[in-house]
Amino acid sequence: MSYKILNTRAPRVDAVDKVTGKAQYTDDLSRPGMLYCAILHSPIAHGKILNIDTSKAQKLPGVRAIITGKETGDIMFGVSPARYDETILCIDKVRYVGDEVAAVAATDIDSALEAVSLIEVDYDELPPVLDGLRAMEEGVPQIHEKYRRNICAQVHWNFGDVKGVEAEADYIRTDKLTTKMQDGAFLEPQSILAEYDATGRLTMYSSTQAPHYIQRTLAMALKIPLERVRVIKPAVGGGFGPKASCSTAELVCCKLSILTGKPVKMTFDREQVFLHSRARHQFFHTMTTGVKKDGTLLFLKHHCILDGGAYASFGIATVYYAGSLLGGPYRLKNMDYDGYRVVTNKPACGAQRGHGAVHARALFETQLDRIADELGLDPLEMRLRNVMETGETTCNELYMSSLGMRECLEAVRDDTGWAEIGKRKTTSQSKTKKVSRAIEKSASSSTGNGKARGIGVACGFFVSGAGYPIYRSQTYHATVVIRISEVGGFVIVESGAADIGQGSDTVLAMITAEVLGIPLKDVKVRSGDSDLSVDLGAYSSRTTLMTGSACKEAAEDCRSQILNAVANRLKIQVDDLYICDALVKSRKGEVDFRSIRDEFLQEHKGFTDTPDAVSLTFREAARIAFIERGSIVGTGKYKPPKLGGSFKGATVGTSPAFGCSAQIAEVEVDLETGEVTVLKVTGAHDCGFAINRTQVEGQMQGSISMGLGEALMEEIMYDRCGNVLNTNLAEYKIPTSLDMPPLQSLIVETIEPNGPFGAKEVGEGAIMPTIPAILNAIRNATGVQITELPATPERIVMELRKLKG
Amino acid sequence: MKKIVTLNVNGLDYETALEPRRTLAEALRYDLGLTGTKIGCKIGDCGACTVLIDGVPSSSCLVLAIEAEGHEIMTIEGVADGNKLHPLQEAFVEVGAIQCGFCTPGMVLTALALLKDNSDPTDAQIRRALSGNLCRCTGYQKIVEAVREAAKRMLRTC
Repeated sequence: MSYKILNTRAPRVDAVDKVTGKAQYTDDLSRPGMLYCAILHSPIAHGKILNIDTSKAQKLPGVRAIITGKETGDIMFGVSPARYDETILCIDKVRYVGDEVAAVAATDIDSALEAVSLIEVDYDELPPVLDGLRAMEEGVPQIHEKYRRNICAQVHWNFGDVKGVEAEADYIRTDKLTTKMQDGAFLEPQSILAEYDATGRLTMYSSTQAPHYIQRTLAMALKIPLERVRVIKPAVGGGFGPKASCSTAELVCCKLSILTGKPVKMTFDREQVFLHSRARHQFFHTMTTGVKKDGTLLFLKHHCILDGGAYASFGIATVYYAGSLLGGPYRLKNMDYDGYRVVTNKPACGAQRGHGAVHARALFETQLDRIADELGLDPLEMRLRNVMETGETTCNELYMSSLGMRECLEAVRDDTGWAEIGKRKTTSQSKTKKVSRAIEKSASSSTGNGKARGIGVACGFFVSGAGYPIYRSQTYHATVVIRISEVGGFVIVESGAADIGQGSDTVLAMITAEVLGIPLKDVKVRSGDSDLSVDLGAYSSRTTLMTGSACKEAAEDCRSQILNAVANRLKIQVDDLYICDALVKSRKGEVDFRSIRDEFLQEHKGFTDTPDAVSLTFREAARIAFIERGSIVGTGKYKPPKLGGSFKGATVGTSPAFGCSAQIAEVEVDLETGEVTVLKVTGAHDCGFAINRTQVEGQMQGSISMGLGEALMEEIMYDRCGNVLNTNLAEYKIPTSLDMPPLQSLIVETIEPNGPFGAKEVGEGAIMPTIPAILNAIRNATGVQITELPATPERIVMELRKLKG
Repeated sequence: MKKIVTLNVNGLDYETALEPRRTLAEALRYDLGLTGTKIGCKIGDCGACTVLIDGVPSSSCLVLAIEAEGHEIMTIEGVADGNKLHPLQEAFVEVGAIQCGFCTPGMVLTALALLKDNSDPTDAQIRRALSGNLCRCTGYQKIVEAVREAAKRMLRTC
């Protein structure tokens, strides 16, 4: 199938606005008379609120309103309805340093901040729970009344028969990996502008990933009818998950606007981004895997504790994802999983790119390499022996309607020359020997640089849209409305989908242009507005498949209406008509369309751009369709079929499709300092079908960058009182242009039957292999197996010392 | 107490009353309405607020507006010629160097200064020059490619 628009490298539809500074983000908006909001944070990690005195702050000139938990009420909200555990502002208790206690609206930001500093709160300090591993122990203070032993959610799954096959295994090993809480570190701090108008309608502009869910939460928590709440997402400077949940800041800005009748604005500083973004959990994984001596996987026993900080947020989904997404992409018939998501007195965690599954994948893929080494197998070949193929179902009932895992592995193998550079990788010599050999080798080399090089491979897969909404509902996951301009050719796509930088507006524009046979420049996408359509938002890598499917249907609806009008007017068969290059043509040859052209010309006397093409133009056809039928509006909708098994928690991990990825990382490790330089990462991703090749590569490359940061440098640090020590981008390090190696991106296309034109996800599957590929390369270079992330120079040096004895 | 300050931005003089502690980034955005300059951290870590001061890339969050008086400031709004994009901007658009776009204005200005000093930089020189501008979306690959492509196009037109 050949396409005019799809599968090309068309520039993003918002690129010119962004490169000229015209694109408007939430903090770029202002309103006459708007007030500025500031929020009072808890200075302690755990304590009871005894008293709040706002009297001094009330007297400060410029202050228009102050609210505490008393004003915002005790209605509970959160992400998963089964775990609503937050109130808008704290009422009787604070649960982390930064927990939100009061909020002020004032005429300028300085007055708002000063007023916050004048609010006096008396606390009865309680001992904080800061160690996720110990949070479940008896005797540890309980943070929420409803979470006994601080367990917010737990999962116990047994798929297949692990016990039954244990005896068949030729080799079994157990490994552990501890990770750290990590931050989304998007460049745009969260920003909100709330406006409550005289008619009782609330409009909130917010840097959100999910206008639909935020609309629901605002309505529920503020007790406003849902239809009277509108959430608009202007341009958003990255989200990666943490901007998907409704925040206290969003709720208090709305509440303050309702109270004052004025627009209220707030933009986080970077410290607040760290405290209030619900980003990556801390994971403590233990895995025991059994294999046959040819490397065939037999079983996996997986135990995991997730430290999720003070509130549930997305955590219930996170603990399920951490288990369910090990079901593939390998044939693994027997899998046990015990997962516990605990609460502690730290900033709450939620969803982040590769939700729940990234660190589980990191341990499993590094364990596979250790197994391959022990068995004397090439780790890449061992993976190829185990990969699932299209049409297979995992032990936890995830159906792979398309899966190019083998193709991805072969693509990175062939592109890197793995067979050549990978040869020395299968030696079964002892680790100590390997290190001393590496050190000797480098010491004896003429440069004497004391560095060792290694190479590592890993795989992964991810959902292409969550199979179910966060709240239980029969709702469509996406609807799209397409309007054809009544004067002729221009097309407007309306969608609630959230382009947060990943490029979904461009995907919708390209799909529309392709279906209607018109140039991309004639399509305008309006999106990110809960008034326009229902769309669950930018999370779980869902937009291309789900909103894209709805968009395709809406565009086809428009095309059908236009062609029917033309066929009706010309008294010909509609089935013969098609649109290409913005011309309406017939498969049966030339059509006499003079009556339409004459009418169009009659209407446009004096115009200089009247059509003179030998075929009927799309403009003329669209105009005649309007005259025949009134407004041409096409609608499309998408809802996945019923997915998944019937066991508890079976819905998490289900998806109409799964993307998959393989990567090979090449690293150099300084044996003296422990510093790791990633020299190159070669990635291959099966995105089903690339709607836009440049954007697919962009997602693959961005994923690798985030994975590299998480592998080597990203770690939120706490002191013993629960204060975050590194709430800035100098001490919380993310990769710079100097940390990133050249990236080779290979697109694999398997044509997904459930996706529009065969397309499925790329935004998150592509982060799955990065951490383990780098860790495998480090071990390959040095013999060091990292058991605690990130793999900082310090940790590597300590491990090197251990190896040397 | 506010002070009257004249800021020369993109070749135009703007006279405005500012608190002396107002940063240049805030003044550009909130007093002059030039919101193309982005604020990502306010403490000079991220580079999103980069502008050119007398041609030198500078974090405008670390400069007081009153200090910028008497200097030539260039922001992202001054890079294109009307609706005609600068070759560097064209390359960013065509190569796909833009995702969320929040780092883009700072990236473009930093790269513009690089290409003025070095019309044919190596990839290593490009990466070095951009290392103070954080990007979380792209992995920098396409940004580096865009700067390289722009250099090629600009050399051709010289």
